[in-house]
Amino acid sequence: MKLNYRIVIFGIAIVFGLFFSAPSFLQMEGGKKVTLGLDLQGGLHMLLGVKTAEAVKSRVKSITASIKHFGERNDILIDSLKFDESSISFTLLDADDTKAIEGYLAEIKGLIVSVEGENFSVSLSKEEVVRTEKQAISQAIETIRNRLDQFGLAEPIVARQGEEKILVELAGIKTQKEEQRARELISRAAKLELMAVDEDRAARVNRMSAADAAEYGDVILEDVKSPNIKYLVREIPILDGTMLTDAHVGFDQNNRPLINFTLNAEGAEIFGDFTGKSVGKRLAVVLDGKVYSAPNINERIGGGSGQISGNYTVMEAKDLSIALRSGSLLAPIYLMEKRSVGPSLGADSIKASMIALIGGFVLVIIFMVIYYRLAGIIANIALVANLFIILAVMSLFGATLTLPGMAGIVLTVGMAVDANVIISERIRELIYQGVSIHKAIEDGYSNAMRAILDANITTLIAAVVLYAYGTGAIKGFAITISIGILASMLTAILGTHGIYQMLENRIKKSKNNLLWFGIKV
Amino acid sequence: MEFFKYTRTFNFMGRSKFAMIISVVLVLASYALLATKGLNYGVDFAGGTIVQVKYTTDAPIDKMRAKLKSDKIFDGSSISEFGSANEVVIRMKTTTGSVTVDIGDVTREALKGTGEFEIRRVDIVGPKVGNELKEKGLMSLVLAVFGILIYVAFRFEWRFAVASIVALVHDVSIALGAITLVGLDVNLDVLAALLTILGYSLNDTIIVFDRIREGVTNGRNNELANIIDESITRTLARTTLTSLTTFFVVFTLFMFGGEIIHAFAFTLLVGIVVGTYSSIFVASPILLAFGFDVKNYHIKLAEKAKREAEKQRMRDQFESGVM
Repeated sequence: MKLNYRIVIFGIAIVFGLFFSAPSFLQMEGGKKVTLGLDLQGGLHMLLGVKTAEAVKSRVKSITASIKHFGERNDILIDSLKFDESSISFTLLDADDTKAIEGYLAEIKGLIVSVEGENFSVSLSKEEVVRTEKQAISQAIETIRNRLDQFGLAEPIVARQGEEKILVELAGIKTQKEEQRARELISRAAKLELMAVDEDRAARVNRMSAADAAEYGDVILEDVKSPNIKYLVREIPILDGTMLTDAHVGFDQNNRPLINFTLNAEGAEIFGDFTGKSVGKRLAVVLDGKVYSAPNINERIGGGSGQISGNYTVMEAKDLSIALRSGSLLAPIYLMEKRSVGPSLGADSIKASMIALIGGFVLVIIFMVIYYRLAGIIANIALVANLFIILAVMSLFGATLTLPGMAGIVLTVGMAVDANVIISERIRELIYQGVSIHKAIEDGYSNAMRAILDANITTLIAAVVLYAYGTGAIKGFAITISIGILASMLTAILGTHGIYQMLENRIKKSKNNLLWFGIKV
Repeated sequence: MEFFKYTRTFNFMGRSKFAMIISVVLVLASYALLATKGLNYGVDFAGGTIVQVKYTTDAPIDKMRAKLKSDKIFDGSSISEFGSANEVVIRMKTTTGSVTVDIGDVTREALKGTGEFEIRRVDIVGPKVGNELKEKGLMSLVLAVFGILIYVAFRFEWRFAVASIVALVHDVSIALGAITLVGLDVNLDVLAALLTILGYSLNDTIIVFDRIREGVTNGRNNELANIIDESITRTLARTTLTSLTTFFVVFTLFMFGGEIIHAFAFTLLVGIVVGTYSSIFVASPILLAFGFDVKNYHIKLAEKAKREAEKQRMRDQFESGVM
């Protein structure tokens, strides 16, 4: 027996395979392990879309609010300030104010302002609309990520997919309740608005239609607890959640949970101004279009902090404060794709594919030994090494093992022996031709090489395409197949060749081709 | 042990006409099936909703149907057994876009009182995503075929490439026909299986082609049909062996891999059988039909060798300072 460089590399590959696959095999603490895909461990996969048109609309609304505030601060009388999906219109009562308001509008980016006398019409430029839409998507990703990070699940994945889709993957969701909570947290707009109650007409709210309210520049909102209680509030909010800097759970005198929030400097100023001149009136705290409370304003409130009380549990209050803290969604999101797998189904899939893997593996191993005798055992060594190497590479790179990925490994077992079959057949052929064992081995390998390379590379081409175009679980199949092909070339071409070279003298001495190669010559 | 001891060359090409007829009939039958019955797209490509429910006892399908009638959301839904008597899937063509209202929860509510059950899987694929997946899937098949075509043309010769692609199209067509015949749901996993068939079937074809290439380059034999027959015969043991081992593992996957992997394993099973057949009886005869001229190839090879030798001679002269 003599060592050669092939057997050394093969040995290193085996050690590498054993070492790095051990954590996954033995379920060790620490160490890099193969990640199980959502289809195997259970979990939630969602592709979300963003209703970007809503973001544009809310941008228009917030510009309207700031125009209103600007007018009030600078004693500019603005009449019939209105907004719709994409534009704002208003009239100045005093033409002398035109310069001031134009100056203010020029400060806001991306506006197209047209003025006819005292009549202003403002709309967003095309670029601004696109920018707002884009921002809505990246903001949604950011916001959802922030929320899920605080949710307490291990390693939530939130990523952009394509131009406008958001991929959310939550592994390890165990119960239906947990899933529900996660979905609610993700999709909650968490849009906080502080709105003034229209005290002049509030008494008539129950007799008004939405159209009536709109005529006065009001909207009718329901109470969060009892939908029968309605509030008539000014359509243009005093301020919104974008000026919020912090929100956390607190408790009132009766030890019921509530949410304390803090506003930034600008928000605090606006809030102070408003409360100062609205003493005796009510302020509606509106969250996602529902009125949570509408306390009386007793005095000017400086400092910029407030509370949202509601009839919620501590858990709900906690989720709500997470949502508020991580910012509101500029635009609502909707579901484009969802795949949720229960943990029990995942466990069943693992069991079934393990049975298939072990069953197929054992069949192939027995078959190879019967057909090729010792050459079959050598091929089987390569096959086993191959399995460890696949697992090791996957663990090392943190690749995800999915159900199709398991199928890929099973398939690799069938295909990986192919290289050794080709080689063994070539060697047999040469032995029949009566060449020496040394020549049979060396020529067998060099003759088989081209075919093995060409065959494997074409399979690899298909696998790479599958990886590039596949999604989710299918990518897992492409990964295991690709690693399997590469590993099988290493184990078959280098590994078994090294073993033959090492055993060459023994084979020569024994002169027993039936034992070594399964043929009688 | 040996399946085929090489004693004489089998006359494959002589019988290729018969094989061709079988192939043409099978392919045409597949297309006829595809045209009449059509592929049964699953949720991945058609969009829609799937809810998988497992009962602790046999699933009371009739009772479930009655219960589901109570909610409009289940209009047009179908219930079918999934792998075993206590597991079913509810299929719907519709999808909901709401993140908070979940069809799984709705189903759980609706099925209350039908027994003890567990909702194990909910798949919702919106129409937009479905269409995208379809486009991407088709694209991936086309790209894979193109990539392979280019590689084979580069490594062998264009006639080899075209012959192998014809064999691939043959295999995929028949696999699709079989899927249609059985009425399997075509989802992403079936697409993955089809792509695997591409790779696998080509694998077989290339092993044979490699021998043909070898025979053409080294051989004294100028008759292509003979070279092909000898190449196929010499690789027959390998083809059979590898097909068998692969068939073994895919068959265990088919038997024991669970219902979710069923369509995938079925497609592969068909693909392995057809792929093995096509590498012998489709790819090679087509190569023959293209009239690959061995004599001409030998002349070309000789010329190429001459040119190389001439170049080398010039280089040697240059280096030794003669020129």
